[in-house]
Amino acid sequence: MSAVLVGLPKRLVTVEVDGQSVRVPEGQTLLEALRGQGVATPTLCYLENLAPVNACRVCVVEVAGQRTLAPACSRPVEEGMVVATDSPRVRHSRKMVLELLASSVDLSLADDEIKGWMATYGVAPERYGPPAPPAAAGERDRRRAGHHEPPDGSVAATVAQPVKIQDDLYVRDYSKCILCYKCVEACGEDAQNTFAIAVAGRGFDARIATEFDVELPDSACVYCGNCVGVCPTGALMPKSEWDLRQSGQWRPDDQQVTETICSFCGVGCPLELTVQDNRIVRVDSPLDHDITRGHLCVKGRFGFEHVQH
Amino acid sequence: MDLHLRDAAPTEAERAAIDGLLEPASADLQPAPGGAHARAQRHLLLPALQAVSDAVGWVSEGALNEICRRLTVPPADAHGVLSFYALLSDRPRPARVAHVCDDLACQTAGAEELAGDLEAQLGPAGVASDDGTATWERSPCLGLCDRAPAVWAQRAGEPDAVAAPALADDVRTLLDGGKPPAPPPASRSVPQADDSAGGDLPMLRRVGRVDPESLDAYRAAGGFEVLRRAVDLGPDGVLRELTDSELAGRGGAAFPTGVKWRAVATAAVRPHYVVANADESEPGTFKDRVVLEQDPFAFIEAMIIAGYTTGSERGYVYLRGEYPLALARLDSAIAQCRDRGLLGADVLGAGFAFDLEVRRGAGAYICGEETALIESIEGKRGEPRNKPPFPTQVGLFGQPTAVNNVETLVAILDVLARGGPEYAARGSPRSSGTKLFCVSGCVARPGLYEVEFGVTVAELLELAGGIADGGELQAILLGGAAGTFLRPEQIDLPLTFEDAREAKQALGSGVVMVFDDRVDLPAMLQRIAAFFRDESCGQCVPCRVGTVRQEESLARLVAGGDPVVEVGLLDELARVMADASICGLGHTAPSALRSAIDQQLVPWGRHDQADGEEAR
Repeated sequence: MSAVLVGLPKRLVTVEVDGQSVRVPEGQTLLEALRGQGVATPTLCYLENLAPVNACRVCVVEVAGQRTLAPACSRPVEEGMVVATDSPRVRHSRKMVLELLASSVDLSLADDEIKGWMATYGVAPERYGPPAPPAAAGERDRRRAGHHEPPDGSVAATVAQPVKIQDDLYVRDYSKCILCYKCVEACGEDAQNTFAIAVAGRGFDARIATEFDVELPDSACVYCGNCVGVCPTGALMPKSEWDLRQSGQWRPDDQQVTETICSFCGVGCPLELTVQDNRIVRVDSPLDHDITRGHLCVKGRFGFEHVQH
Repeated sequence: MDLHLRDAAPTEAERAAIDGLLEPASADLQPAPGGAHARAQRHLLLPALQAVSDAVGWVSEGALNEICRRLTVPPADAHGVLSFYALLSDRPRPARVAHVCDDLACQTAGAEELAGDLEAQLGPAGVASDDGTATWERSPCLGLCDRAPAVWAQRAGEPDAVAAPALADDVRTLLDGGKPPAPPPASRSVPQADDSAGGDLPMLRRVGRVDPESLDAYRAAGGFEVLRRAVDLGPDGVLRELTDSELAGRGGAAFPTGVKWRAVATAAVRPHYVVANADESEPGTFKDRVVLEQDPFAFIEAMIIAGYTTGSERGYVYLRGEYPLALARLDSAIAQCRDRGLLGADVLGAGFAFDLEVRRGAGAYICGEETALIESIEGKRGEPRNKPPFPTQVGLFGQPTAVNNVETLVAILDVLARGGPEYAARGSPRSSGTKLFCVSGCVARPGLYEVEFGVTVAELLELAGGIADGGELQAILLGGAAGTFLRPEQIDLPLTFEDAREAKQALGSGVVMVFDDRVDLPAMLQRIAAFFRDESCGQCVPCRVGTVRQEESLARLVAGGDPVVEVGLLDELARVMADASICGLGHTAPSALRSAIDQQLVPWGRHDQADGEEAR
């Protein structure tokens, strides 16, 4: 019989959520408490297996007595907190965050959940004007912090730029990047400890980059693809998926997901193989699995060609 | 971590610059032998990048590689830091770069004419001179609004230099490697110093009267007596005086200093740190520069008291990178204090240790936000932290930290000299003591003024000689780019925190910028919008994208766009920035623009009041 460590019992604190008094464990974040109560809360930069960076601000809620809204993903619950999750201020900020992103980033491949939130909050990105023409290759990566050419307001600035295809394993389409920091976290402290990418530049010119924008094969990247696994908008995508989408052959309705165990080493990582036309087109691992927490290595994520020879 | 470095090697000059600051990499076979020891040096990343930049003008891949090797920092991470700061460059640029301020106060003093002259003589901004050694760029506020228009020259291999007020010829001299003009007398920045009562000002009394480069002169003028008094009182006594004084922080947030210091002093976790926020970058603010240039020993005395009271053995000064004279005087003053046992292992022989280290900013307004400042000292991008926890709980290197503005620190000397209750008796009931106001723009005597809280804007204007050259007052910007506008009929507003709050105004860091009727106010608003777009760190969506959309919408408005649509849009943007941004930069980025529209200082009015007639 094996012992299971359950830890000390947590004290409960009382929090008022949208007029309802609820008891939640001390130390939880507001987001955990809200989800525990079944209160739907949008998130973009939050993921269960990463440390919250609270950068996107779409999960904000109104805490009584505070001047500004609070990010639910990282604000711990406190005894007596009075929280509103659907007040006019909350709805406005959530709508605007989604709208500002939609006006500057290509969200066509964003998770269905994100698209659902955009519909819920009535996002209208077109009111900022027609999108500015895309930047030339590498131009955004060369932008320096500080002074910029003033706009005339006739077009809306965007992050549009050519896709980066530098190897056969995955592509980086930063026109779709919402700068949620998830890939940086997964590449660094929260999973892989490789630190091949970081946020570079500043302000609207901030971007995810290798040092001096060197090509991925020249960087520290070990191709674990954990960045791909956490990307919520399709900015990072396996080359196999990208090629099919480009040729119009990506057909989610004809795909099935097969669960299996990686055969490369003795760790036994669970895999989810997305299969189309009897070929593996993408490999993931479940976020909620104790072994991987969604993360894999290069062999598990990309080492599947030998299966289909 | 497996440190992956590329093969680029530093040049000899780059290596020499790095050698001057960092330990050599270990000679054994591992490329990254450092481990915990090297990682603990991470805070040297920004100084190392600055050392290379100071020597050769930019940071090459080889130099970055070498720094990364010695500090065990991944190159992508270090490049993220390098590319965050506007004064650093990750690609070659001329060794001499003149940063020409085109911000608000300098605009009222001919910045555009200066830029035009430079363009005619040197070519467009950002383009290197024929011999490749020099260029000029436009710059946000350089903190020299008392001497507008201002130019600061960043010069690799030789000291940085300032010319203010600057003519095109002065800029060319700096770019040719010539000597900068001698700084004007102190009374140019502090006009009260020439008045008979100047010697009685609580904070500025030594300006122009006591040699800022001599410890002996400072002591002869009563310097370090307050430190002795603090030691006699003991930390608890100092905290009591501070609490009694009701001193509120002077950096803009007006947080009670006594509460802040007590939180750090009583925190169980050790060590504690004190940090002086001298990254003064709010457009229109120059008070901390003048204090550090003219009275550096007073600042050091206050920092020692801060260390003694909060139980910190180490203090950091985060000084704005564009302040070469303040840096030189501070460095010299610190060295003199060390020599005389006023800093070090046993301060004054009183049995406590305290020492100070100066860190330079590298061109980022956001680093004036206290948690961004802390991140920057730690060698990271200046991205603000989410609060809570506050720095008093989890601050520099994760330890309890008191971050104070320079003016707040110097005010503490007056609190302790007078005693807390007597200090609280001055000023207004809710704003105790005196305050430094940075008066700039269209006034006869721009400069730094010390007055008791409660003086009205009109009285301050009178002190500054009134509107210059017979102009009519159009508007006054209080609190800087993050502040609010005052209409001419509101100038009887008493300058106190409570009166400002009631009038929906912001004192902020003490900016009083005067615009006469010849100033193009919409153009000023556009400069403010551009400033926030440039200075947003980019971390959170409301600020990163909101500042861009705000600038675009304002451009449409100025060009004759539909005021109902645009003012409505600006209002929606303002609400999300103020409500949902991470830090004060985002919260206040729409403040001045919103205030100008609300106060109908611009032709566009409010969208809810505007009908076809009124809206232009």
